[in-house]
Amino acid sequence: MSQVMLFTGFERFWHWSQAILIFGLLTTGFEIHGTYSLFGFEQALDYHLILAWTLIGLWAFAIFWHITTGEWRQYVPTGKGLMAMVGYYAYGIFSGEAKPYHKSRRAKHNPLQRLAYLGFKIAIAPALWISGLLLLFYTSWKDTALGAALPLEWVAWVHMGAVFALLIFLVAHVYLAATMGEPWYSLLKSMFTGYEEVKEGN
Amino acid sequence: MSRRVFGITWPLFGLVLCLGVAQAEVADTEQKASTADHSKFEELQQEFATGPDVTRACLKCHTEAAKQLHKTTHWTWEYNHEKTGQRLGKKYVVNSFCGSITSNYPRCTSCHIGYGWKDGNFDFTSEEAVDCLACHDTTGTYVKFPAGAGHPAYEEKKMGPQVFKPVDLKTVAQNVGKTSRQTCGACHFDGGGGDAVKHGDMDRTLGKPSKALDVHMAVEGLDYSCATCHTFINHNPAGSRYQTTAKDTTGVAVPGIKETRATCESCHGLTPHPRQVNNKLNDHVDKIACQTCHIPTFARGGTATKMWWDWSTAGQRDAEGKPIKKKNEKGEIVYDGMKGDFVWEENVVPEYHWFDGTVRYSLVGDPIDAAAAPVEINHLQGSYQDPNARIWPFKVMGGKQPYDTVNNTFLVGHLFGQDDAAYWKSYDWDKALRSAMAQAKAIGQTDIDYSGKFDFVETRMYWPITHMVAPKDQALGCAECHSKDGRLANLTDFYMPGRDANPWIDRIGWLLVLATLAGVLVHGLMRLVVGRRKA
Repeated sequence: MSQVMLFTGFERFWHWSQAILIFGLLTTGFEIHGTYSLFGFEQALDYHLILAWTLIGLWAFAIFWHITTGEWRQYVPTGKGLMAMVGYYAYGIFSGEAKPYHKSRRAKHNPLQRLAYLGFKIAIAPALWISGLLLLFYTSWKDTALGAALPLEWVAWVHMGAVFALLIFLVAHVYLAATMGEPWYSLLKSMFTGYEEVKEGN
Repeated sequence: MSRRVFGITWPLFGLVLCLGVAQAEVADTEQKASTADHSKFEELQQEFATGPDVTRACLKCHTEAAKQLHKTTHWTWEYNHEKTGQRLGKKYVVNSFCGSITSNYPRCTSCHIGYGWKDGNFDFTSEEAVDCLACHDTTGTYVKFPAGAGHPAYEEKKMGPQVFKPVDLKTVAQNVGKTSRQTCGACHFDGGGGDAVKHGDMDRTLGKPSKALDVHMAVEGLDYSCATCHTFINHNPAGSRYQTTAKDTTGVAVPGIKETRATCESCHGLTPHPRQVNNKLNDHVDKIACQTCHIPTFARGGTATKMWWDWSTAGQRDAEGKPIKKKNEKGEIVYDGMKGDFVWEENVVPEYHWFDGTVRYSLVGDPIDAAAAPVEINHLQGSYQDPNARIWPFKVMGGKQPYDTVNNTFLVGHLFGQDDAAYWKSYDWDKALRSAMAQAKAIGQTDIDYSGKFDFVETRMYWPITHMVAPKDQALGCAECHSKDGRLANLTDFYMPGRDANPWIDRIGWLLVLATLAGVLVHGLMRLVVGRRKA
């Protein structure tokens, strides 16, 4: 076993600032949605917009970083070991089996994680971005061909659908990331320190 | 001795002269520096016996004035609607206040800008019948007698408890000037038969409004008169309730492009709000009338407006045969034997409707469906889909009107008059309706005869709210509409954030989130239990 720098400074900054922004967006977004009132509609909308633009800016940096460092490969899905991971969470973890996956610097996410994060990056996040920007700039396109083809409420439905997908992702992600380490908190810790115990030879 | 008297007199004379000049200067500023002093005009150095005598004098210089006025709705009380083809105007429409002017002329036409419209045969081509003073009086002493067919009192007259002194026409004529909140208000604040009755956004409190009541007309502020916005060109004012500019797309009034200012956009432009984090206020301009947010409530000046007028209960009289009057604790008349039941309200939240500016009327003779009461007296056009429509605020006047149960159409009633058929004389609806309907047919208002069978039907009438614009810090906040039971809860033909959601997305979404949460909790608990057993 050795300590390996698994998450660089940028990745940690990106992860935690994104986490804060997303929680802010959820809090203000559900107020705009009418689920509760907290800040008042206009304040909630203003906060939501500031958080959204900040997140979009952060994502722009993150995308640039992934492309230039080649780290995007971490999210290429693989079938190898996928079922083993599913089997482990469903059964093996209770019968005391060892984790069927060992991370390394070059493959720091297990096959399930890869799929989940890829889904977040290419489905949930773009759906939120695109529907959100369409909602924000509705008056600019409502009188165009797009406006004739796309009712505003459909855009809102996509935005909300993606929000629920994000929430489901978050619940599972927080649970797994915060409790699945060895010891249980080690994954969470590594997201702060960047270092993780990695088996030799990997 | 005489020399000594002169010695004192001259300086005194000088002092008086100085005071006189000082006073004239004040008057000049009040008159907005007019280049004409009407008190010096030769034509006005005479006693006038009647209003038309004054008009004749006016027309000697203002040769085209009467001809200009003859073309205006203020004179014709007739409005031929270009879009609907309907013939409207006070002369023809029915309203839910005093019904119709037909057969009630001398009372109703006390607010006509003319003299002598006392029956259906008024000469609309008469120039001397134009009343210049109703609009141009600056003394506040020119008052039209309420039942004088447009004439003021020429000798002392009584109307109920009110005494009307003869008007000094010479003084009034010598002091004519621009129109004012007082001259316009003399009729428009009292529309419907009394202060604050009709419009809801216009009453006598606008004569001297505070900033909170009307940010534009406030005496301690911009001090606008009505004509500041209702620009008059050739004596014809801008702004119409029959064909409203519901959505102004021209923006600021620039000479050569737009000469009138009756819309908010005429001064405030098409992007009136400063850009903020969100630019949503300016985005709203396409679908929301300015008035919708900037007039949070109407009847805000301290005077309640009439919201309900039920003619069906009229007729209660005391032992002497006099109509009974009942007042509420605020002193508002809630029952009048002459008119029926009333409901008054202050600080009223408007009703909101899509409106493209066009209003259709159910006129006498038009079919109504009494079974589907309340029956709309006027019908607003417009919807979310209509690019020319915006959401506007309205006063909705409720009440009950007489209608013909055989012909299914509104009826007009003969209320005012000294004859036996007048309702306020004999309190017999059948006679009053028969008489007015015969006159309505005679003047071409309808070709329908009264069947002899009548009843009362509940009605609704829409009055657009556009005055009493509040200061900007009192404009509506987002959540007034963007919430589940907000002000626009009745407008369901479009999606609005904060109010609308697809219930299935919400239900299934939350269900899946909770299922996931339950899943991880069970998973975690099982891990704990298994782990403990092993330990």
